[in-house]
Amino acid sequence: MDLYWYLIVAAALFCIGLYGALSRRNAIGILMGIELMLNAVNINLVAFWRYVKPAVLTGQIFAIFVFTVAAAEAAVGLALIIAIYRNRDTVIIEDINLLKE
Amino acid sequence: MMVQTIVFIILAIVTLGAALAVVIVKNLFHSALYLMLSFVGVAGLYILLEAPFLAAAQILVYVGAIAVLIIFAIMLTRRLMDKDLVQRNAQWGWSALGAVLLFGTLGIILFRANWPVVEAVVPSETIVILGKELMGTYAIPFEVASVLLLAALVGSIIIAREEK
Repeated sequence: MDLYWYLIVAAALFCIGLYGALSRRNAIGILMGIELMLNAVNINLVAFWRYVKPAVLTGQIFAIFVFTVAAAEAAVGLALIIAIYRNRDTVIIEDINLLKE
Repeated sequence: MMVQTIVFIILAIVTLGAALAVVIVKNLFHSALYLMLSFVGVAGLYILLEAPFLAAAQILVYVGAIAVLIIFAIMLTRRLMDKDLVQRNAQWGWSALGAVLLFGTLGIILFRANWPVVEAVVPSETIVILGKELMGTYAIPFEVASVLLLAALVGSIIIAREEK
């Protein structure tokens, strides 16, 4: 398998995630799009490690740190969504405009 | 080599198809289930790239923790997940156009770039090296990551807690 195909798959995954993050009205849907984008970045990191510098494991270690940050981001993001739901009774992003009014 | 190509194509189709379903399906709960399938596909790609530890971590962290967390959040905000609710916002057409254009640009750049690909063999004990590197060269980022996780844990409990 060639490096190019992994990069193409990762680019496609990133663009799908981007579309999801931009087009969803629901905050949880946006968060799912962001998770897809983080996964695409991880595929890139591991593919570059495998095909460009397999002797040094920096790519894999970077991917592990992305895992950690993604887990923290998901936990805090979902806690925020639940807090907003409790206070405003909605998770639709367009209705959360307290600062705009 | 042939088998690898076939497995790669299957994994790519599963990953990208499930990802497309995640962003298109109307019911958010189904969307979360497709997200799990997409994560499993990515784990398969890691195995194909000879990174078994990352594949295991992917299953544990993404499929086991993050996807379950997302399903929890969907369940807790259930009332807004009605099937007839519109899930796309007004600018979804522009978003789709932007995503397609970005993919086209990335595709052209990726195929034109001259990547310094080497034909080296992956070290046989990658997990051992990984552990030593994490505890040696990358010890400080490792500790910072643990502090970040602790902060996220405490922060999310405080944010999501019901005020008395």
